[in-house]
Amino acid sequence: MTQNFATQVNNILAAFILLASFGMLAQRRIYGLLVIFAWQGFFLALSAGVVAYTADIKHLYISAALTLVLKVIVLPYILYSLVNRLNIFRDVEPLVNIPTTMLIGIALVIFSYHLTAPVRELSTLFTRTTLAVALSTVLLGFLMMITRKKAVTQVIGFLAMENGLFFAATSATYGMPLVVELGVALDLLIAALIFGIFIFQIRTTFDTLDLREMEKLKEGSET
Amino acid sequence: MIITTLLGVSLVSAGLLALVGDRRMAPDLNILASLVSFVISVYLAFDVYSSGTAGTSLVGDYFFIDAFNVYLVVLTTFVSTTTAVFSRNYMKFERGHGKVSGGRMRFYHAMYQLFIFAMLLALLANNVGVLWISMELATLATVLLVSLYRTPSSVEAAWKYFILCGVGIALALFGTILLYFAAEKVVGSGVQGLLWTNLIKINAKLEPRILALAFIFFMVGYGTKVGLVPLHSWLPDAHSEGPTPISAVLSGLLLNIALYALVRCKVLVNLSMGGNWAGRIMMGFGLLSMIVASLSLFRQRDIKRMFAYSSIEHMGIATFAFGLGGAMATFGALLHMLMHSLTKSSIFFTAGYASQLSGTQNMVHIRGLIKANPLVGWGLIFGVMAIAGTPPFGLFASEFLILTASMKQIPALTPLVLFALVVAFAALFRKLQPMVFGDPSPDRREINASVLPIYLHMGLVLALGVFIPVFLQKWFLEAVEILK
Repeated sequence: MTQNFATQVNNILAAFILLASFGMLAQRRIYGLLVIFAWQGFFLALSAGVVAYTADIKHLYISAALTLVLKVIVLPYILYSLVNRLNIFRDVEPLVNIPTTMLIGIALVIFSYHLTAPVRELSTLFTRTTLAVALSTVLLGFLMMITRKKAVTQVIGFLAMENGLFFAATSATYGMPLVVELGVALDLLIAALIFGIFIFQIRTTFDTLDLREMEKLKEGSET
Repeated sequence: MIITTLLGVSLVSAGLLALVGDRRMAPDLNILASLVSFVISVYLAFDVYSSGTAGTSLVGDYFFIDAFNVYLVVLTTFVSTTTAVFSRNYMKFERGHGKVSGGRMRFYHAMYQLFIFAMLLALLANNVGVLWISMELATLATVLLVSLYRTPSSVEAAWKYFILCGVGIALALFGTILLYFAAEKVVGSGVQGLLWTNLIKINAKLEPRILALAFIFFMVGYGTKVGLVPLHSWLPDAHSEGPTPISAVLSGLLLNIALYALVRCKVLVNLSMGGNWAGRIMMGFGLLSMIVASLSLFRQRDIKRMFAYSSIEHMGIATFAFGLGGAMATFGALLHMLMHSLTKSSIFFTAGYASQLSGTQNMVHIRGLIKANPLVGWGLIFGVMAIAGTPPFGLFASEFLILTASMKQIPALTPLVLFALVVAFAALFRKLQPMVFGDPSPDRREINASVLPIYLHMGLVLALGVFIPVFLQKWFLEAVEILK
């Protein structure tokens, strides 16, 4: 693969990843959200694979494989079985209506491009233009966490943020050193397990997964 | 070699305690494991001191130890040992009153050691990425401990802690990636680009614009973990709803570790950019935290929640002082971290006993502690006196240094710092008085309080307020050089 072609492939994958982020923002059903999340993980793994092949970096293959296993299979599966067992397929019910959320999302993307401008000027890597997309993905995941009120959707927002971080690592630097990549993947896996435990704890203590119920700990209201 | 043993002890004990489960000896094993870590860390500190290296000693590429982290390592193992001693009787009481089950006690002890491991790894790691991983691990180890009692408010607190710190620390990872990106251009890809010891050497070649961007992410990310306003809203919940030993180590130790990470980043960014750009941002966050937290003290009803706000205030003071820079302010900040850690954990011990005595954490119902249990009552009085900065306790010395430094460097900000200190002083004493004096309520419960940890901490804070031993002074002065 020539450098130029690889750049184009990578840009297309970046576009898909960004599209998936917006798709998650627009999605109303939890099941649909999970499917899009898995797709985003797939594009992420593919893009890591392309970078690994083009730049010939061995350890990036491991990262790509890890992503494929963790983010396309394991995590969506854990979440899916959670959703199934708790029977929460109902609508996602955003706090802010969806068109407004999308507009805020667009503003965030423009902001990311502006913020990463100095990096684009300096970098010589063929992947440099995608850093803005990575930052956008992080911020859009953040936005999703803020505007949704179900515990499960917040979890997916969190994991989408993590996707953005991984993409930043591959696109800005051809991947972090392997020690770090492995550590991050391990932390992510533990976090996902804790999320699972938590969702059960919330369900049994509050009888709902609606986070608006969890507003007891406000200033001065505690007994 | 010593460092790997030190890390190994807590990691192995975590596994061991998970196997031992809810036997009678589990709390004693927990104490023993912490004590062994402490002894090893003292040996390590002695080694560092006697070799007299003014600089940094490396162990492979993975760990390093210098004057800044050596005292924090000893502090961490010391406080975790005394907390383990405190936890023995305290958790026995909670267990007896049906607040936790046996299975959860297994989890509790295992996670306690894992938490210590994560903190030590964060302090000793030479790799910015590993530092990040261990910060995240420390969060993950404690998040389910906060919800150990499974009450609605504790589950809510733990969820908030998890989500807010998770997001915060994700942003810190973005900062780490940017830092690596900047370093990679100079040293090429690989682990070399993430080592502190390397980054300090090549800082002149790092691109300042990228480091500035990275610092903003570090500030927000690690700042969330330090509990700086306006990123603090998880802290009072998490520190007040969990079991008290966990509150003590969260407030006393984990906040220090997060601040440690932030200060390391600040040094790097300042070196690369020239001037004190990063320091000024830290000063802003520090001042805001101090003022907001001290004003919030008045509104609290829950005893542990109030002291959690006091932790935000003190972390604000230390952040402000590190931001200020200069020899005197940095010396003050290092001393402040040490003093706050010792005092605050001791206060949480007494607050824990006070709420066990009264059967509630609500300060309105905590009455007449001196009559109910003199040792606990006086322990709380000494603790609050120390944390409010009354002489001759150590916090007076550190706050005095910081105030003097700010008077010298930026006089205009001194009134704000002074205002926060005075407000906190007034608020704490107003809340303290009815709790300790007067007659206790008749339906109080009997507790078996082990007061040794409380008075050990208070004795140290008092002694260090009067006299700073030579080795500590030497380390602080060296650390001041490192952090210049």
